[in-house]
Amino acid sequence: MAILTKEEAKKIIDKVLSYAKADETAVSLSGGRTGNIRYARNSVSTSGESNNLALAVTSVFGKRSGTATINEFDDASLEKTVRRAEEIAKLAPENPEYMPMLGPQTYLNTNPYSENTAKIDPEYRAKAAFDSLDPCRKKNLTAAGYLEDTTGFSALGNSKGLVAYNRATSVDFTITVRTADGLGSGYAIRDVTDVSKLNTKEATEIAMQKALASVTAKALEPGKYTVILEPAASVDLLQNMMGSMDGRNADEGRSFLSKKGGGTRLGEKLFDERVTIYSDPTNPDIPTSAFGGGGGGRFGGGADGRPQEKITWVDKGVVKNMYYSRFWAAKKGVPATPPPAAFIMAGGNQSLLDLIKSTEKGILVTRLWYIRAVDPQTLLYTGLTRDGTFYIENGQIKFPVKNFRFNESPVIMLNNLEAMGKPVRIGGNLIPPLKIRDFTFSSLSDAV
Amino acid sequence: MTTHHQKPKTHLNRRDFNQLLGMSAAGLLLPTMPAFSHAVSADELVGNYIDVSTKKRLADAGLNAAKAMGATYSDVRIGRYLNQFVLTRENKVQGIVNTISYGVGIRVIVNGCWGFAAVADPKDEATVAKCAATAVSIAKANARLLTEPVVLAPQKGYGEVSWKAPIKQNAFEVPIKEKVDLLLTANAAAMTNGANFVNSVLFMVNEQKYFASTDGTYADQDIHRIGPSFTVTAVDAQSGKFATRNSLSAPMGMGYDYLQTNPSDKVGGVTTRYGKGYDMLEDITLAAKQAKEKLTAKSVEAGKYDLVLDPSHLWLTIHESVGHPLELDRVLGYEANYAGTSFATLDKLQSKSFQYGSKEVNLVADKTQVGSLGAVGYDDEGVGTKKWDLVRDGILVNYQAIRDQVHILGEKESHGCCYADNWSSVQFQRMPNVSLQAGKTPLSVQDMIKDVKKGVYIIGDGSFSIDQQRYNFQFGGQLFYEIKDGQIVGMLKDVAYQANTREFWNSCTAVCDQSDYRLGGAFNDGKGQPSQSSAVSHGSATARFNGVNVINTARKI
Repeated sequence: MAILTKEEAKKIIDKVLSYAKADETAVSLSGGRTGNIRYARNSVSTSGESNNLALAVTSVFGKRSGTATINEFDDASLEKTVRRAEEIAKLAPENPEYMPMLGPQTYLNTNPYSENTAKIDPEYRAKAAFDSLDPCRKKNLTAAGYLEDTTGFSALGNSKGLVAYNRATSVDFTITVRTADGLGSGYAIRDVTDVSKLNTKEATEIAMQKALASVTAKALEPGKYTVILEPAASVDLLQNMMGSMDGRNADEGRSFLSKKGGGTRLGEKLFDERVTIYSDPTNPDIPTSAFGGGGGGRFGGGADGRPQEKITWVDKGVVKNMYYSRFWAAKKGVPATPPPAAFIMAGGNQSLLDLIKSTEKGILVTRLWYIRAVDPQTLLYTGLTRDGTFYIENGQIKFPVKNFRFNESPVIMLNNLEAMGKPVRIGGNLIPPLKIRDFTFSSLSDAV
Repeated sequence: MTTHHQKPKTHLNRRDFNQLLGMSAAGLLLPTMPAFSHAVSADELVGNYIDVSTKKRLADAGLNAAKAMGATYSDVRIGRYLNQFVLTRENKVQGIVNTISYGVGIRVIVNGCWGFAAVADPKDEATVAKCAATAVSIAKANARLLTEPVVLAPQKGYGEVSWKAPIKQNAFEVPIKEKVDLLLTANAAAMTNGANFVNSVLFMVNEQKYFASTDGTYADQDIHRIGPSFTVTAVDAQSGKFATRNSLSAPMGMGYDYLQTNPSDKVGGVTTRYGKGYDMLEDITLAAKQAKEKLTAKSVEAGKYDLVLDPSHLWLTIHESVGHPLELDRVLGYEANYAGTSFATLDKLQSKSFQYGSKEVNLVADKTQVGSLGAVGYDDEGVGTKKWDLVRDGILVNYQAIRDQVHILGEKESHGCCYADNWSSVQFQRMPNVSLQAGKTPLSVQDMIKDVKKGVYIIGDGSFSIDQQRYNFQFGGQLFYEIKDGQIVGMLKDVAYQANTREFWNSCTAVCDQSDYRLGGAFNDGKGQPSQSSAVSHGSATARFNGVNVINTARKI
C-alpha cells in the first residue's frame, strides 16, 4: 500500500513531529509505484514494477540543518530518525542563507491524479507494447519503445503548522520506428495524466508513417530556413529557457535576463508580441501539484511547500516574472515566486497541417536531439534534427531531407515567429507547433 | 520490498550536475540521489557493514533457490553504495549530503530467458531466496514472448576472490571539515583573483560489491571514485557580459590522494594541467584570472583550423565519437528509442578494412587501467577484466560486448564490460575506459604546436553534442588559444568545432608521446530506459587534427 491517503500520511507526519526537539522540524513522506515496459528489435526487452515509500526528516537548530531518511514506519524507527536528523543538524555548518520554515499555506485545488492510471497492471503494459509492436511487425518495420507509468503521493508537514498533500499520476510513452534497411526512422512521444487518453497504436502509426516517408532523404545545403517545429522539437529549447529565469542569476549578471550596465530585463519586451507563456497548476490538460514538493510535474516547482499559482512569465513578448529562492526574494524585497512545475505557451487555432499548408518553402522538424547549451549569455543551443525531417514547398511535404545540426537560441527563435498552432501536451507542458523563420542549421548529418 | 527490473528513475547526470553548480537557490541543495538511498551521517560511511562470509551465505541462498526452481544460470549481486557530496558557493557551504544504498539484485536464465529481481536491505537467506523466486517467475513469464534464447559465453569460476581499488587514502575517512576547508579556501582564492562567483563541489563514491554466480565465482570488490570540480564566473556589468571557467580536474578512480599533488602530476604550459594528482588551489587561481581574460578575448574567426587538443578536452570527443558508436548493443539496435544506433555497423568490422581513423589512431578499451573510473577486477557478470583493441593503426577491429553478445562477433569469451549502477538495476553492456594510445615517437606539446601554421589549442571540456548514429558532432571547451606560425598568440573565445567522426579521426596527424598521457572522464554517462549512469575514463596525449571546421558561437539577443 504505497499510496497513503491524506489522513494516513498526516497521522505519520504528526507522530514524527511529536518526537521533535529541534527549533524547527519538517517531515516529507512520499511513495508510489512505477512500472515500465521496454522493447527493441520488435521484442520486449525488459519490464517491471517497483514500489517505494520513504520518509525524510529535516531538523534545524538556528541556521544548521540536517536530514535523515527511513523506510520503516514503526514508532521506534521514526523516533530514531528524528534523533539522527537532529544529530546531523548539530554537526552541520551554519547556512547563512537559511530561511525559517513556512507556516500554514492556502493551496489551490488541483487534480493531477487519475484512477485509470493508478489501476495500470503488467497486463496493461504488455497490451500497450503489443499494440505498438504488432503493426510494425506486420509492415516489416522495426519498433523500439518505452512506456513508464507512475502513481504516487507526496505529503509535507512541519512544526510551524504547514500541511500539504498531493496525489499524482503520469504515463510517458515514446516510440521509434525504423525501416528494415535502416534508411528511415520515425518517432512519436505522448504523456498523459489519465492513461485512458493514451493510444500507443495511434502514436506508433505516426512514427511508422514518418519512418516510411523518411527513406531516400535528400541533402539540402545548411543555412537559415523557415521551420515548422512540432511541439516535440521545441519543448526542450523552451524548457531550457524557462529553466534560466532565476531572478538571482539575473541580478548577479549571469543570465540572459541580466541587463547591460547592471539590473535585469524584467519588464522589457524580449520576444515577438504574440509570445505569452504562463503556468497554471489547475489547467485540466496539464494538472500539477498545488505546492512545490508535491511530486509530479517534470519541470521542478521547488520543494519547500510554497503555493503554486497561476503566474505569467512572458506577456505579449514582455518578461513579466522571474522566480526566486525565498532567501533572495527576501533580500531583494520581492515576492518569493517559486519556479513552476510546468508551463503553457499560448498558441493559435491552426493545426500542424494548416501550418504546413501556409508554408511556401520550409522544413518540418519532428524532434531535436542531443541539445546542449553553447552560450548561457544568449541561450545559444546546439543539437540535431532526428526521426523525420521533411522539405515543404507550396504548402506540401515534398521529400525527406537529411538531418541538420542547428545552432539557435530560443530567444532569437521567439523573435522570428511566423505562426503558431494549437498547443498540445508535451513533457507535461502545453506547447503549440511553431513556424519560425531564419532558423539556423549549421551542418548536415548522415544519421538516420 | 521485492521488485522486478526495478531501476533508479533519476540520476545525477551531467546536466543535473551542471545545473546544480549553476544553481543559486538558498539553503540545502539536495542532489538527486541514487535509488533507495538513505541520508546518513558521515561516520556511517566508513567501515565494513557486513563480512564476506555473511555475503557468501546470502548469495548462496539466492543461487541455490534459483537452481532449484529451474534456472540454468544465475548471479547474485550484493551491493552497498556510498556517496558523499560537499557543495559550496563563495564563502558558504550549501550542502553536505551522505547517502547509503544497500540491497541485492538477482539475475537468472530460465527456459533461455533472462529474469531479474531485487530487494532492499536483505537481512536473511529467506529474503534472498524469495527474491530469486521472483526473478525466476519473471524469466518464465518473459520466456513465453521469447524469439531467440540467450546464448551465454562460457565463463570459468574464479572461486573466492577479491579486488580493491589501489587507493592511498579513503576519502570517506577524511573529516568533513577538511573537505569544507579545502573548498572554501579554493573559493576564496578565486574571489581574490577576480572571480565574481564561484561554486565548488566534492563528490565521493564507494561501491562495495559482492558478486556470486552459478559458475562458481564469489568476487568481493571495493571501488572508490572522487570528483572535485568548480565553476568560476567573471561578470562585467558594464558590458553585461559574463564568462565562466570550469575546473581542469578529472573524476578519478582514486581516493583522497587525488587531491595531494606531486610536481610530477603537473604539466606546465599555457595553463597547468594535471595527471594523477590535482592541485585545486592552483587551478582555481588560474581559472579566476582566465575567466576575466575571456571577457575581453578575441572572438574567433570562423573557418578551417588545425586543432591541438589537450587530454582534458579530447576525452569527451573520444567518449562520444568512439566509445558510444562501438557499443555492440547500440550497433544491434537495442538503444534505438533512446541514445540511438551506430554508424559503425557489423559489415564495417567484417570488412577488416574500415578506416576509422588515420594510421596514428590506436584506440583501446581497458577495464584494468590503474586510477581510472572503469577499473575493476571483475565486471558485474563475473568476468575477469582486460584490455583489448578497438581501432588498430586506424582500422576498426572490435566492439565492446558482454557474455550474451560476444557470440555475435564469433568470439568465445566476454570482454568483461558489464555493469549495473545499483543493486536494484539490471546489469548490461557499459562502456569500458576507451583511450587513444600515445604516439610511439617522442613528441612534446611544444613541438607539436611549433609545426602548426593556423590553429586553435583547446583545453578543458565544454559543450558537447553528437547525432544518434555518431556521425556529426560539435564540441566546445574551456580555454582556447590561437596558434599562428607555430606560436600561441593569445586567447580566443566563442569557439566550437564541428566534424564528422570518421573525417575527424582520419585528420589526426600526430599524437604526443606517453609523457603527456593523462585521463579525463565522467561520472554520469547515461544509457538505457530507465536510464542508468556509469563512470568512465578516457586517456590520451595531446593530439593534432588538421583542417577542422571551427564556428563562432557569439550571438546577439
